[in-house]
Amino acid sequence: MDFPSTQFVPSRIMGTYQPIHQIGMWGENFKSIGNPSISASVIVEVDNKLENESETASHEMPAPSCKHDQEASKPFDKIQRRLAQNREAARKSRLRKKAYVQQLESSRLKLMQLEKELEQAREQGLYIGGGLEAGHLGFSGAVSPGIAVFEMEYKHWMQVQNRQLGELRTALNAQISDIELRIVVENGMSHYFELFRMKSTVAKADVFYVMSGTWKTSAERFFSWIGGFRPSELLKVLVAQLDPLTDQQIFEVCNLKQSCQQAEDALSQGMEKLQETVSATLAAGQLGQGTYFPQVAMAMEKLEALVCFVNQADHLRQETLQQMSHILTTRQAARGLLALGEYIQRLQDLSTLWATHPREPA
Amino acid sequence: MDKVMRLATERGVVLFSKSSCCLCYAVKILFQELGVTPTIHEIDQDPEGREMERALMRLGCKAPVPAVFIGGKLVGSTNEVMSLHLGGGLIPLLRPYQALC
Repeated sequence: MDFPSTQFVPSRIMGTYQPIHQIGMWGENFKSIGNPSISASVIVEVDNKLENESETASHEMPAPSCKHDQEASKPFDKIQRRLAQNREAARKSRLRKKAYVQQLESSRLKLMQLEKELEQAREQGLYIGGGLEAGHLGFSGAVSPGIAVFEMEYKHWMQVQNRQLGELRTALNAQISDIELRIVVENGMSHYFELFRMKSTVAKADVFYVMSGTWKTSAERFFSWIGGFRPSELLKVLVAQLDPLTDQQIFEVCNLKQSCQQAEDALSQGMEKLQETVSATLAAGQLGQGTYFPQVAMAMEKLEALVCFVNQADHLRQETLQQMSHILTTRQAARGLLALGEYIQRLQDLSTLWATHPREPA
Repeated sequence: MDKVMRLATERGVVLFSKSSCCLCYAVKILFQELGVTPTIHEIDQDPEGREMERALMRLGCKAPVPAVFIGGKLVGSTNEVMSLHLGGGLIPLLRPYQALC
């Protein structure tokens, strides 16, 4: 057989490795321009582009081989996709490790600088109460490894979330069985539960990080309630999308809305009490004397309860989703998950738009 | 343990709490919203508080407080109460003890 170009390896199977090698280099290029957070969809696009290029070139081969190509391309795509996924996973793993190491190193530098400043302050008699660890004083900028890991995992979580939303869309438009749809729904639910687990872990490392919602976009943070969405807000968004509901469903949703609101109110008031308690503890004794470590230490103890509240809030979110999935049919649940996911996407787009739209100069 | 069980079965709705615990405060608010007045035992103000704390942990509570008993049976802590409520199971349990006002 006569091959039009010597760039392509004779065997069709071997031919796919070439575009893959090029993708590997793409990945490296993107990394070197300091943009590790390239989304999976871009990589896949690049994948497809190069795949198409190699296929069009191969069509220059004699006709009989062309037909063979079309049949062979199906398992081919699967192999290629799997290889791309493996590469993706390995790349993500490398990125995670790199981020972790970078955070550790910058934390180390920060710590050294803080120790120096502390020493200077002590020498000048400005600081009474030696032997304090930097951690107690809550300097912003000292990032814990737990946060670095969470941020990497969250980026990955978001990618999977977007992929699942695509699957939901496809599944709802296609004529798939209820059983298959149920699986898609269960995956979506588990994915949210996974996020709650991740948050629980990082809350132990730094609860303020979770409370401030730093990993989320600005519009999402605007709606933040104890480190995430208000469950009642979730219900509001969901229910509006779910007509028609049966009378029984309307009754059950009504009850859920009410109990959800009551639980939310209880936690909100508990949080207010916590703020009052911490504030009162911190302000105890005379302000202005300069010695205050006991108050700070006691306030810290009170603040431990914040972790419990964050966990309770997430628990409430999870229960709300669970109960809804019990009330709804599989199809409704699928539409609900899609609606929720897209609502969040809109919030994220709002944040981007807000950040980039031109404003009046000050 | 005896004291805890005695107190737990003495009244219909019993809450073991600590006066400084804000999560306990949240549970109290929830009961208020549901029209129920639980019998509250602040174990940090009880001379046998330590013992009671241990007893509650032995009953299976991860955190000793808040601990809710309804009809003499342990419902659980905040998690269990919230789950029960959202699932619609809390109000039926509380019905016999809701305020008659």
